[in-house]
Amino acid sequence: MADTQTNSPGGTGAGGAGAAAGGSAAPEAEVRRGSLFARLPVVRDIRRSVGLQRGMLLTGVVIVGAVVLCAALAPLIAPYGYNQLADESGSFGAQQPPSAAHVWGTTVGGFDVFSRVIWGTQTAVMVIVVAVLMSLFIGVALGLVSGYFGGWLDRVLVVAADAIYAFPSLLLAIVMTIVISGGQSDVVGGVFAAAISITVVFVPQYFRVVRSEAVRLKSEPFVEAAQVLGEPALKIIARHVYRNATRNIPLVFTLNASEAILTLAALGFLGFGIEPTSAAEWGFDLNKALADVTSGIWWTAMFPGLAIVLTVLGITLVGESMNDLADPRLRRRRRAGKSKEASHG
Amino acid sequence: MSATVALPEASGGAAESAPGPRRSPGSGLLRYIGIRFLLIIPTVWILTTLVFFLMRITGDPITAALGGRLTQAQLAERIEAAGYDRPLLVQYFEYMGGLLRGDFGTAISDGRPVSRILLQHGAATLELAFYAVLVALLIGVPLGMLAARLRDRWPDAVLRILAILGYATPVFFAGLVLKLIFGAFWPVLPVSGRGSSTTELVMSGVVAPTGIYAVDALRIGNMPVFSDVIAHAVLPAIALGLLTGGTFLRLVRTNLIGTLESQYVESGRSRGVSEFRLVTRHALRPALIPIITVMGMQVAMLLAGAILTETTFEWNGLGYQLSEYLKARDFVAVQGIVVLLAVIVAVTNFVVDIIAVLIDPRVRY
Repeated sequence: MADTQTNSPGGTGAGGAGAAAGGSAAPEAEVRRGSLFARLPVVRDIRRSVGLQRGMLLTGVVIVGAVVLCAALAPLIAPYGYNQLADESGSFGAQQPPSAAHVWGTTVGGFDVFSRVIWGTQTAVMVIVVAVLMSLFIGVALGLVSGYFGGWLDRVLVVAADAIYAFPSLLLAIVMTIVISGGQSDVVGGVFAAAISITVVFVPQYFRVVRSEAVRLKSEPFVEAAQVLGEPALKIIARHVYRNATRNIPLVFTLNASEAILTLAALGFLGFGIEPTSAAEWGFDLNKALADVTSGIWWTAMFPGLAIVLTVLGITLVGESMNDLADPRLRRRRRAGKSKEASHG
Repeated sequence: MSATVALPEASGGAAESAPGPRRSPGSGLLRYIGIRFLLIIPTVWILTTLVFFLMRITGDPITAALGGRLTQAQLAERIEAAGYDRPLLVQYFEYMGGLLRGDFGTAISDGRPVSRILLQHGAATLELAFYAVLVALLIGVPLGMLAARLRDRWPDAVLRILAILGYATPVFFAGLVLKLIFGAFWPVLPVSGRGSSTTELVMSGVVAPTGIYAVDALRIGNMPVFSDVIAHAVLPAIALGLLTGGTFLRLVRTNLIGTLESQYVESGRSRGVSEFRLVTRHALRPALIPIITVMGMQVAMLLAGAILTETTFEWNGLGYQLSEYLKARDFVAVQGIVVLLAVIVAVTNFVVDIIAVLIDPRVRY
């Protein structure tokens, strides 16, 4: 499977790459060579990858692209609304098996499963974007300030971040949901409640990565030179430290995006998700399907569940490949890698 | 959870929590253990404080649990009786004082002391987590070794994709699929609860129970009950174990690849040491330190997974209770369970850091 994809990287893969990179990647600060497009994180990784790694990366990029596409075109793809219970020919009926009118059947609440799964991509993408962007901004800012200035603020923030980091993220998200929406998200603001809950969980991760880089960069000659020249601290942070400290961020970003999906679904599964009247959410649908499976009704659980698996799989494949490419122990070089393997054989 | 892959931040771990130059072994080690132990205190304190104030931002627990069902006057009366009308700081110190004495407050919805809920259902969660780790080790370690040895060939590709699938599948969806297969289509295994009604009856009669059903069944020597307990545990353990097993697989693979390429493995191979022995002995030992460190971090994930697994399989542990109390909007009980789980995670991280130092003298402390 991987081989066929490796052989045709110019086909569907490249199209998906463009879509995903445009949606997710922040411009890199490494100003060395190649066009801006070639230096975008995901694109750069595809160019650097080889063999199986490239196959996994491209598969991931295609899946992510498809999910983003589904979210963007949800109104066109979904035959019914996410909270639609009836059309001209009458009520949908509850727990109907898949048929021509409802290709994936209907839920216990009488919703069309296919439509809800499609609308669900919108919720998922929205929550990921909001959650990851918020944690990115807060985490990076805190990490830079804490790492650069040090002192008591740094110590306090590190201990606090470590404490939160060690905490089961789901529990923290539950507590945050209670705080934000009092445990019942019956408005569209439920999306934001979920996103903010997830944000709190991720801030420490960005904080730790950026802080440790900032601490290292603080003593680099070019930063000291800027200090000697009398540049204001904030300018140094913004120009010299920030640009060099955020190299690992795209990697953390992909890992967190998949976790955001899982956390959102878990919140929904525990009944903290977004009510079916305000948006479609896969975890919530799985919660409602809990009673169905024991009586053999498979369609209400399988489709939203597979949607979660596929989305997380796509993001994880991208993140995993990027991680391997960033780790010299795991990276395979284009030609040297091949000949080395041959000598082992 | 993100520690499943070798992230840059994960390397900070033990070394960063107690900085300082390396001292002579012996006294230095004890000193490190002492400092590391003391570091649990701020962690737990920050978390309990955080949870306490966050839960109170929205209002008092009485209104949250009973609001709408009682009149305003009745609510006010109960709030006053429980002391929730006093300044927040007074309540905070009272709560923290209670925690130090092991008093977690009283659940509003059913009036049970929270500490008793924790004792009663903690054992069930412990039992489930133990089975899940067992499943995860049985899956993850041998398959991870296989993937590392056959790196970049098709078994490695298949195993890696399976491992990522294991991570990508939410534990409750895995549970639902298992329930569908073994409960509805091919009903061979029980899909809910910790035991049949007979078992529950027998268990309620056990004198001085440990709460761990398998242990209790063995203690009273009741074999039918024991096999019933194990049968009930199979599906939840697999659901939760698959999640962690995928992580273990990737972890073992990544770290083994590093050591398999080292020169002493190569020299062992040239001396004619068998491939099996090379992988299981020479390469695995030094790869164990990062594996154990990250496995420790998995405890947080395991607990979160246990909450979801218990809800899926109606396994009456802390997670199941948590989601029940969440539904009842009983935030005193929720707070107690959350705080206890936080303490468990903090203590496990401490134990893991100590084990890492004991295994590898090169770990800086």
